[in-house]
Amino acid sequence: MRAIDTIAGKAYPLGRPNIDTDVIIPAHHLKTITREGLGQFAFETLRAEPGNVFDDPAYAGAPILIAGDNYGCGSSREHAAWAMADMGLQAVIAPSFSDIHAGNAFKNGILTVVLPQDQVDRLLEVAKDQPITIDLENQTVTTPYQDRFTFEIDPFRKDCLLRGLDEIGITLAMDDAIAAHEAKMQRDTPWIEGAARAA
Amino acid sequence: MASTPAPRTLYQKIFDAHVVEQRDDGTALLYIDRHLVHEVTSPQAFDGLAAAGRRVRRPDLTLAVPDHNIPTTARADARGHRLPVADPQSAAQLDALRRNAPAFGIELIDDLAAEQGIVHVVGPEQGFTLPGTTVVCGDSHTASHGALGALGFGIGTSEVEHVLATQTLLLKRSKSLEVRVDGRLGPGVTPKDVALAIVARLTAAGGAGYVAEYTGSVFRDMSIEGRLTVCNMSIEAGARAGLVAPDDKTFAYLKDKPRSPKGADWDRAVAYWRTLASDPGAVYDKVVTIDAATIAPLVTWGTSPDDVVAITGIVPDPAALDDPARRAAAEKSLAYMGLTAGQRMQDVTVDRIFIGSCTNSRIEDLRAAAAVARGRHVAEGVKQALVVPGSGLVKRQAEAEGLDRIFLEAGFEWREPGCSMCLAMNPDKVPAGERCASTSNRNFVGRQGPGSRTHLLSPAMAAAAAVTGKLTDVREFA
Repeated sequence: MRAIDTIAGKAYPLGRPNIDTDVIIPAHHLKTITREGLGQFAFETLRAEPGNVFDDPAYAGAPILIAGDNYGCGSSREHAAWAMADMGLQAVIAPSFSDIHAGNAFKNGILTVVLPQDQVDRLLEVAKDQPITIDLENQTVTTPYQDRFTFEIDPFRKDCLLRGLDEIGITLAMDDAIAAHEAKMQRDTPWIEGAARAA
Repeated sequence: MASTPAPRTLYQKIFDAHVVEQRDDGTALLYIDRHLVHEVTSPQAFDGLAAAGRRVRRPDLTLAVPDHNIPTTARADARGHRLPVADPQSAAQLDALRRNAPAFGIELIDDLAAEQGIVHVVGPEQGFTLPGTTVVCGDSHTASHGALGALGFGIGTSEVEHVLATQTLLLKRSKSLEVRVDGRLGPGVTPKDVALAIVARLTAAGGAGYVAEYTGSVFRDMSIEGRLTVCNMSIEAGARAGLVAPDDKTFAYLKDKPRSPKGADWDRAVAYWRTLASDPGAVYDKVVTIDAATIAPLVTWGTSPDDVVAITGIVPDPAALDDPARRAAAEKSLAYMGLTAGQRMQDVTVDRIFIGSCTNSRIEDLRAAAAVARGRHVAEGVKQALVVPGSGLVKRQAEAEGLDRIFLEAGFEWREPGCSMCLAMNPDKVPAGERCASTSNRNFVGRQGPGSRTHLLSPAMAAAAAVTGKLTDVREFA
């Protein structure tokens, strides 16, 4: 995973609530067996709408997306995060995110920033013609108009993003603790592993 | 944890029992007891393992089943040889699972096996899902498994890779939500209607950050299959998992399943499972109560699963919504759905019927649909009416009961098990502009195919729509 600290640039002012992962990447594009190349299909159904923000040259190549409530709801498909990363998105700002999608975004180095609706509304206004800056270290979102909003982030996720850490590598280093749990499971709840395979 | 005398919810009990290590930053490394793998969200995870030279830590706790993009037409010729899958990309994903499962020592229930089906139907049916276990799958409808008192939740592909490599996940605790439904359900009101009523009440975002526990007389009285339908749609309200405390019905359901514990293990397991109820006095972070008597047979009108209205109702007017963003979303939904505010739901004609999906493809669902279809016929204007059993075992059971004959004589198609028309990843799709009465779980834009229009409803209501050609109040068939 690549490390991120500050993300600055244009932002797609989408602002719509309940953007589900079927909208981010429709199922007919999930048949790939690699992670690459999905950016061209991202937000396909929204791109069919005239005047959509994704095809507006003013926002071409924007690293930030500003959306409404419940961004990334629905299917757990990580293809949505792959498609977003592939189109160059590094951060999404919204009043709330689906739990699964926020995790998928994080795993792909995309920062999800939760801000109250009124601050998101302000950023949607500013983003129409001005850039936005997200500072992960200081947990702030700022604009050229001196807006300065602070956001919360899980400390573990922040650390991983800042350092670009491989989470599997971190967990594999905890092998002793995992093995200890497995020993406890064999002793206290032996049926859990005993029954997994058909008799 | 053990030193905490405070009463705990069912969710807290299962979570606590699986903590490998609690971290200072509030996250916990959680042990995963059961991992279901399918063909769509696993290829990149296996590639990641191979690239890093990693193995699967517990192949014995992992089970692979293809379901999302396998065709639901005949899979073998008369001599039992596998027929080719026409779509080369689907074929590549199915082949990847067929290659990866044995390469990593994982058991595969492949397309020609009688036990194959939708992962969320197969897990409970095989007794692979057990009360008090943690169950994950790269699929958001893993919430289904909560019906057996298991903590089941969907994960992304990076997490699939993490579980394969470590049998754990790093997670933050969710908040707890009690959804209590007491009273008696009215005639024609099914578990699907209860699920839709809950989603409507919570909204599509209302459960985000929570694990739901379903309590009250309605769930105590509900069958395991009904509970599976309700827990399945937890994610449609944003809740990553939904739970029902295991009870005698759960134990009766699991007894003698192929993978459920046997002999002394069974007795020990049941004794433990009986401890898996929320303690009296356990505090939930949020409580929602619904009176069962207020739930009517329901149907969706829009492109979000919380766009729910009684079948006797009308298409709502977006102008009545205060929030401008929601009003704009509702207007776009109606335009996409080709509906106008004030239109009677019962006047909406449908082109296709889909009875299936991990929400409603079990034997009780098929019985309910067949009871309406029996002796009737699919209406003239309906182009296709599909019945897709959730697994080969469901299909076999239905055929033993003669349900296939009822459907075929009524003009329905009787198919092989799979996800089918729920998500347009296989040949079963709803063409652009066409309208489908569907027992699946999502009415998102393009969900059943680009430009498709979906109305979610119960199996009996789907069968009623098939025979009348329009959305219909199933109570008229009583």
